[in-house]
Amino acid sequence: MSPAAVDTAAIEVEGLTVRYGPLVALDGVSLRLAPGTVCGLIGMNGSGKSTLFKSMTGLLRADSGRVRLGGHEPATARRRGLVGYVPQAEAVDWAFPVSVRDVVMMGRYGRLGPTRRAREADRAAVAAALARVELADLADRQIGQLSGGQRKRAFVARGIAQEAEVLLLDEPFAGVDKRSEATMSSLLAELAAAGRTVLVATHDLQALPALADEAVLLRRRVLLHGPVEEVLRPENLARAFGIDPLEQGSRT
Amino acid sequence: MNPIDLIVEPLSYGFMVRALVTTVVAAVVCALLSCWLVLVGWSLMGDAVSHAVLPGVVLAYVLGAPFALGAVVFGFLAVGLIGAIRDTSRVKEDAAIGIVFTTLFALGLVLISVTPSQTDLNHIVFGNVLGVSVGDLVQVAALGAVVAAVLLYKRRDLVLYAFDPGHAHAIGLSPRRLGALLLGLLALTAVVALQVVGVILVVAMLILPGATAQLLTDRFSRMLLIAPVLSVVCATVGLYLSYWLDAAPGGLVVVTQGAAFALVYLFGPRHGLLTRRARRDGAAPPAAVGRVEG
Repeated sequence: MSPAAVDTAAIEVEGLTVRYGPLVALDGVSLRLAPGTVCGLIGMNGSGKSTLFKSMTGLLRADSGRVRLGGHEPATARRRGLVGYVPQAEAVDWAFPVSVRDVVMMGRYGRLGPTRRAREADRAAVAAALARVELADLADRQIGQLSGGQRKRAFVARGIAQEAEVLLLDEPFAGVDKRSEATMSSLLAELAAAGRTVLVATHDLQALPALADEAVLLRRRVLLHGPVEEVLRPENLARAFGIDPLEQGSRT
Repeated sequence: MNPIDLIVEPLSYGFMVRALVTTVVAAVVCALLSCWLVLVGWSLMGDAVSHAVLPGVVLAYVLGAPFALGAVVFGFLAVGLIGAIRDTSRVKEDAAIGIVFTTLFALGLVLISVTPSQTDLNHIVFGNVLGVSVGDLVQVAALGAVVAAVLLYKRRDLVLYAFDPGHAHAIGLSPRRLGALLLGLLALTAVVALQVVGVILVVAMLILPGATAQLLTDRFSRMLLIAPVLSVVCATVGLYLSYWLDAAPGGLVVVTQGAAFALVYLFGPRHGLLTRRARRDGAAPPAAVGRVEG
């Protein structure tokens, strides 16, 4: 690794350990991602993917270890709006009375005054983000009236409007058709090419080569962090999943 | 009797005018807050807090402190106790809510029974909108104005809190603080509304308008208009009904709001149960639609 990459890690996790009572959810997890990377985070349910995300955004306090995002403490990174988060589909109330544009505007709230009243520049940033993810035509729809893939893109647009440096996506391909998946993959690749860093928790191993440059195999600890081809080798997957993983992946 | 008299005659009594103004203020404030409560999923919490403020209000009365202070203290105490029981025992949240609010409510009833001048305090339980004094009215209006102002000032943050607290946290806002703000406003609103319908029925005014508005629009900003308008209309109709039927005003306000919800639930233009069914059954030939309507 070159010295420059060491200095500018977009995501840096060191020796992160999180326990829920007697249960060890994360055990000494260390991870470095350079800016402009798309990285897949692969692991079974209960492997600690969500816990890792929550520790990175500071929703969970780690028992030990530290996290740096863009070189900052998580709290500072949050205040500066560096962290964009795309929640799992199940975590969102899709009947909520907000439009697509409202959701994307929420990405600007950290930059706005106490009433979060949007200025012209904010409306322009939201419009640009919506155009970027090709949802400009649907901006005034209620968020639940979008398809699965469009919903995900709306939340990515929120991260774009936020000008987040680090984007965390939790299972963005669940319930999304193949074409939307491909659209999303190329969108994320373009964002990475523009210098953003994208970490995607996913079950979908088939989609991984198109999605990511590198991947992390997680099973409470980092089993392997490397190029996608290497991570996808059956012997490596077997360590993470303990069964024939491609069989399981093809069902989802 | 002509219709004008039906409306004007009750207003020749000072107590009816005070009752009407108090009811309208409470209806507006409750309706505004209810828009967030139904979206956050705090209906049960609203029920709990509105009951749990009773001992606080009684103690405030005894000590000569503002009702609002006692209500806020006991509102937070209730939520704290619910959280503590849920997190430190095997009792689930709904049971914890049931335990805490009924116990605090019962404590309030006990305090009322041992406090002199019982008549005054029993009005807190069932409401006594026809007996509202000018002083009560001023207190309700002042509290209502504060709650409405804070809600509208922080409305976007509170919507974000309701929709995606994870994102609120990720951009450096504090979901915990926003939740506490909403809770404080809930306790204050309970004080406003209990003048009208009493502690027992406050929760109805805190849920029905928002839930009804939610069925009528896909825009939060419109909910903030529809809910208060609907709530005021229903509350006024309820109050007039109580005058002409000589029946309990608090009860009739809530029954009217419940009837409005039922109408919207069944016939609402967007999400009404029968409306959707009619839409689904047809590319409905016009004749069939006519029959449903006729």
